[in-house]
Amino acid sequence: MFRKTLMAAAAVFALGGTANAATEITWWHAMDGALGDVVNQITADFNASQDEYHLVAVNKGGYEDTMTAGIAAFRAKNQPNIIQIFDAGAATIINAKGAVKPVQDLMESNGVKFDINDYIPGVRYFYADSDGKMIGMPFNSSTPLLYFNKDALAKAGVDVPKTWQEFEEIAPKLKEAGFEGLAESHSPWIFFENFMSRHNLQMATANNGYDSTDVELLYNNDALKDHWKHVKEWKDAGYFGYYGRAWGANQDAFLQQKAAMWLGSSGSFGGLKKSAQFEFGTSTLPYWEGVGDAPKSTFIGGASLFAFSGHSAEEDAGVAKFFEFLTKPETQFYWHKETGYVPITTAAYELAKKEGYYNESPDAEVGIQQLSEEGGEWTKGYRLGFYVQIREVIYREVDKMMNGEATIDQAFATIEEEGNALLKRFHDTYSN
Amino acid sequence: MKRVQFGHSPVPYFFVAPQILIIAIFFLWPAAQAVYQSFLLEDAFGMSSQFVWFRNFEDVLSSSSWLKSAIFTAVFSFLVAFISIAISLFLAVRADEVIRGAKSYKTLLMWGYAVAPPVAGLLGNMLFNPLMGDLYKLFNSFGFEFNHIQNANDAAFVVTLIAVWKQVSVNFIFFLSGLQGIPKSVTEAATLDCKSAERRFWTITFPLLAPTTFFLMVINLTYAFFETFGIIDVSTKGSPGGATATLVYKVYVDGFLGADMGGSSAQSVLLMIMVSVLTVFQFRFIERKVHY
Repeated sequence: MFRKTLMAAAAVFALGGTANAATEITWWHAMDGALGDVVNQITADFNASQDEYHLVAVNKGGYEDTMTAGIAAFRAKNQPNIIQIFDAGAATIINAKGAVKPVQDLMESNGVKFDINDYIPGVRYFYADSDGKMIGMPFNSSTPLLYFNKDALAKAGVDVPKTWQEFEEIAPKLKEAGFEGLAESHSPWIFFENFMSRHNLQMATANNGYDSTDVELLYNNDALKDHWKHVKEWKDAGYFGYYGRAWGANQDAFLQQKAAMWLGSSGSFGGLKKSAQFEFGTSTLPYWEGVGDAPKSTFIGGASLFAFSGHSAEEDAGVAKFFEFLTKPETQFYWHKETGYVPITTAAYELAKKEGYYNESPDAEVGIQQLSEEGGEWTKGYRLGFYVQIREVIYREVDKMMNGEATIDQAFATIEEEGNALLKRFHDTYSN
Repeated sequence: MKRVQFGHSPVPYFFVAPQILIIAIFFLWPAAQAVYQSFLLEDAFGMSSQFVWFRNFEDVLSSSSWLKSAIFTAVFSFLVAFISIAISLFLAVRADEVIRGAKSYKTLLMWGYAVAPPVAGLLGNMLFNPLMGDLYKLFNSFGFEFNHIQNANDAAFVVTLIAVWKQVSVNFIFFLSGLQGIPKSVTEAATLDCKSAERRFWTITFPLLAPTTFFLMVINLTYAFFETFGIIDVSTKGSPGGATATLVYKVYVDGFLGADMGGSSAQSVLLMIMVSVLTVFQFRFIERKVHY
C-alpha cells in the first residue's frame, strides 16, 4: 500500500517535472466520444515520443463550437497553437490574412521535410492556396460512400449499382422487395459538392474559388438539375427516402432496413458496424454514365488543422514537430484503423496494405480507393466564403424541392441568387 | 407647482449600484458592441474591418428568408403566448377548485417547469420521429398525412406544441398564486349574487387576474422570441425550407455558425428594436386596461 502511494507520488512528480520543463502547446479540436479517445491517445503518444514539447488537446464541442471558440480566443489574443477547422469553414480562416501560418512554411522553416506529393491526390490541395502551398494540415478526411444492405439486395436479386442508370434499373425491384432503394445524408456535401467532383464539373468561377474571393457559384447547370429532377422522381415513385436534413434520421432509415442503401461518409463505417443488425457492404459513390467525364475522384470532407499566428518561435517549432509526428505512416495508419477516416499520405496507405488490413476489412479501403481514383481539373476541392450559410440555403431549397414547394428550376435559381449574394458579402468583407 | 424636496441620502445609490453594474456589463455593453458591429464589415478574426453605414441592414432587410423568418416569428410568438396562457389559465382555475389530492395535481402540473427548452426539444423530436415516434404514428393513424419533416405547417405545429407545453407549467404557477391572492370574501359574495360560474369567472376572477395575465403576456412573448431557440435547434433546425427558423435562430446560424459578424449584429439590432417597440406598445396600450 505504502509502496503504491509512493510510486504514484513519484509518477505525479515526474509528470509535473516534464510538464514544467517542456514547452506547452495547445490543440483545440472537435472530436468527442470514441474519436476523442483516439485523439487523446495520439496526443499521449506524441508526448511520450519526445520531451521537448508537451501537447495539450482540448475538445471544444462540435465543429462550429470549435471554430467559434477559436475566433473568440483569437480576438481576445488568447488563441491555441493548433485549431481544427471543418471543410466549410476553411475559407473563413484562410482568407483572414495573417490569422494562420501556412503549415508548409511552418514545417519547412523548422527543418521538417515536407513534400506535398507525399499526400494522396484527393487530399493534397483541398486546404492549399491557389499556388498549391498547403495552408491547413488535412486531419480527419472522409469521403462519401454508398452503403448497402446485403440481405436486402439479395432478397431483391440485384447487384450494387455503380452508376445512377444501374440504380434506376434495380430500384423497382427493391421496392417490390419492400425497400426504398436509397436514402442520403447531407445533400449539400454529397449531392452538390461531390456530384460536381465525381463528374469533373466546375463548381465555382475563379478556379473553384481558389484564385479569388470574387467568385460565383456554378451550381445552376443542367447536369446537376437533371440529377435532382431524377431524385425528385425517385422520391415520388418510392425509390428514394427523404428524411429531412438531419444526418441521423436518414442513416436510421438504413439501419432500420427501410432503405436498402444509404449515402453517407466513409467515417460512418465504425458506427454502422456497431449498430447495424444486418450484413452491409460499401461501394463507391454512383455517377451518371456519360455526364461530364465521370467517374473522377471525389472531394474530401471533414476537417484540417491550422496553426494560429501570434506564438513564439519555440512553440511553432513544437507545432511543426507534432505535424511531423501526425503525418508519420504509423500514426496515420492507427488513426485510419481506429476511426475509419482515410490515411492522408501514400506511405500510410501502403503501410495499411502491407499490414494486410484490407484483407481483414476490405470495406475500409473503398474510401481511399475512391479518393485515389483519377483526378480531374475540378476534383481538387473548392474554397468558398460563407459556405456554411450557402449550405444552409441548399438544405432549405432541397427541402422545398422534395416537398414540392419549389420546382427544381426555382430552387436552383434561389441557390444561385442567394449563394452569390453571400459570396459577394464575403468578398466585400475579406478583400480589404 | 413646486415640488417639495427632501435631502437625499447617498445610501440608496450604493444599494442599487451592483444591479446597475450588472446591467451595464451584461446588457448595455454587449448591446452597444452589437450596434457598433452592425455598421461594420469585419472578418471573423478581426484582421480587417471597414465602416459601411447601413449596408448590413440593407442586406438583411432585402433577403426574402429574413422576411419569411420575421413573419414566422410574429405568428409563432403570438400563438405560443396566447395558447399557453389560455391553457394554463384553464388548468389553474380547475386545479384551484380541486379539494381532494390538490397537492399532487398542482405538483404534476408544475413539473414541466424543470425541463430545459433543449430537453423539451429533444423529447418532442423523439415523439415525432418518423421511424419510431409515438405521436407521429398516432397522428398518421387518424388519417392525417402528418409529416413535419417535409410539410412546413406540420413543422410549425410541432415547434409550437413543444414551446407551449414547456411554457404551460410556468404560467400555471403564476396563475395559481394569482388565484390564491383573490380574497375569499369577494368570490363568496359573487357566488351569492350570481349562479353562473362562467359569468363569475369573466366578471370577477379574470379582471382580478389581469395584472398576472399582463405580466405573463410580456414574459411569454419574450420567451417565444428568445428562449425557444433551444427547442428549434434540437428539433427542426429551422427546416423544412426555413419554415421554422425564428429570428433568433437566424442570428445564431449566421453569426455563430457562419461567422458573419456584421450581418448577424444587424439582425440582432433589428430584433432588439422590435422587442423594445413591442414592450413599449404593451405597456402603453394594454397595461391601461389593467387594474392593480
